[in-house]
Amino acid sequence: MKKFEIQNHKDTRSGFGAGLSELGKTNENVVALCADLTGSLKMNDFQDAHPERFFQVGIAEANMIGMAAGLTIGGKIPFTGTFANFSTGRVYDQIRQSVAYSNKNVKICASHAGLTLGEDGATHQILEDIGLMKMLPNMTVISPCDYNETKAATIAIAEYEGPVYLRFGRPKVPNFTDPNKKFEIGKADILSEGKDVTIIATGHMVWKAIEASEILLEKGINPEIINIHTIKPLDEKAVLESINKTKCVVTAEEHMMNGGLGDSIAQLLAKKIPTPLEMVAVDDSFGESGKGEELLTKYNINTADIVRAAEKVISRK
Amino acid sequence: MEVNELKNISSQVRRDIVRMVTAVQSGHPGGSLGCADFLTVLYFQQMNISPESFTMDGKNEDLFFLSNGHISPVLYSVLAHRGYFDKSELSTFRKIGSRLQGHPSPAKGIPGVRIATGSLGQGLSVGIGAAQTKKLNNDSSIVYTLHGDGELQEGQIWEAAMYAAANKVDNLIATVDYNHKQIDGDLDDVLPMGDLSKKWQAFGWEVLEMDGHHIPEVIETLQKAKELTGNGKPIVIIMKTEMGQGVDFMMGTHKWHGSAPSEEQAENALSQLEETLGDY
Repeated sequence: MKKFEIQNHKDTRSGFGAGLSELGKTNENVVALCADLTGSLKMNDFQDAHPERFFQVGIAEANMIGMAAGLTIGGKIPFTGTFANFSTGRVYDQIRQSVAYSNKNVKICASHAGLTLGEDGATHQILEDIGLMKMLPNMTVISPCDYNETKAATIAIAEYEGPVYLRFGRPKVPNFTDPNKKFEIGKADILSEGKDVTIIATGHMVWKAIEASEILLEKGINPEIINIHTIKPLDEKAVLESINKTKCVVTAEEHMMNGGLGDSIAQLLAKKIPTPLEMVAVDDSFGESGKGEELLTKYNINTADIVRAAEKVISRK
Repeated sequence: MEVNELKNISSQVRRDIVRMVTAVQSGHPGGSLGCADFLTVLYFQQMNISPESFTMDGKNEDLFFLSNGHISPVLYSVLAHRGYFDKSELSTFRKIGSRLQGHPSPAKGIPGVRIATGSLGQGLSVGIGAAQTKKLNNDSSIVYTLHGDGELQEGQIWEAAMYAAANKVDNLIATVDYNHKQIDGDLDDVLPMGDLSKKWQAFGWEVLEMDGHHIPEVIETLQKAKELTGNGKPIVIIMKTEMGQGVDFMMGTHKWHGSAPSEEQAENALSQLEETLGDY
């Protein structure tokens, strides 16, 4: 198995902020909107450097999404920023009608996704956002795994014409991907090749998948690790090629089992090549207050759960 | 354009509305008839537009967003007569495969429509965004929006109203179709709106009022609104209208908000509306 070196620990939201800041310098059509969470979304640098292209909308997310749709008319590329819960569930109909159905070039950038938001609790820990967004026609759904990849994804989506949902998080997590790697929307990243089981992960769970793979290797199991940073459109070819080799799959995500990455993989496998699958995801439950790591463990989506799921799915082959 | 010519156009638009909704036995004739005079004046006399070379970006031309998307028949008829597409296409309204969806949408590429509307309350935010882009592009054109009075019950309208005033979005002219009617009945029975003009004033908007069926007054008010742009405040026109205007049995009731007339009723309605430009 390939060795992964942790360059540092950084939050993915800071990767978004850095990417946005760079876009501010390189693309004059990029504009940004925020609903009173500029600091949390790390949008301050963009705001300070380009005040005329930054729109503070206050605590009014519906208006923010509608304005973003309008800003595209005349060629601007709006990036909206707020927590994932307020970026999706709160404004689903605004996104559906004014952005997705109208096919507007809006980038919905969502921080504090999932359980690792931590102490604020279930009101803010959205676990349904990937499902909500992937169901919308025209919508691309991206969930990068670390700071470097989030920065690269932020830059890449400005070049892509169409609605995008970009999901990232709050805590500092291992930053391990190549900072110079170009982000390719829709292309799975095979992190490590193996033969016994395919572990498909997204977001923060990609590093957990790497940790789990190191444990599995000690147990004599050789996993293949795939980082699916683009949940929609899904890189079906890469997934099917890997499964042809390993004949079983574990998915891992900081999201509800219903509607998440695992659900997309299950649909693909059921249609193309029925294969044993175990999903590491939150099982039809809201979260609660606590530390991120404690919550991942309590809700059965931490490293040990991936290890257990891999062993189980191999036994089902 | 002379007032008489505008009256002729709005008469034809009203005929189109009645024929379109009758043909598919669905759609929203009441509010459409009520806004026919306003949209005629706006599109044929007030807005600076390029119907023959429609672009989504609409740079250096005025933009219009129909936030109360259910009155799509009046918009489609006005767009067709103004040259965005051939009027024969009006016969496809609400039929499968048509570019003229029940509620307006750019999804099938109909010229003149830049955003999907129908789920209410979203068009003012869209208009604000488009107006901000015009400012960034140093484009001095104006953005117009139209809203139902019942639509103002949606909270997003007031989020947008607050934003536009606080941020001096003064290249925006919103109009409220104040016909006092909504699907379930009279506005004041469903959810009273209080003093609309004072509400908008309190939110920091420049407020004008007009009779939406008196064409000279519509012209005068729209010109005044234009003169008020660029003064640091967004502008709203409270437009008093009658739902179903022009067809006697449709006026004074909410019943024709979203129901189509029978063939017989349509014949009666059309006998009251002069065919001036030729039916589609």
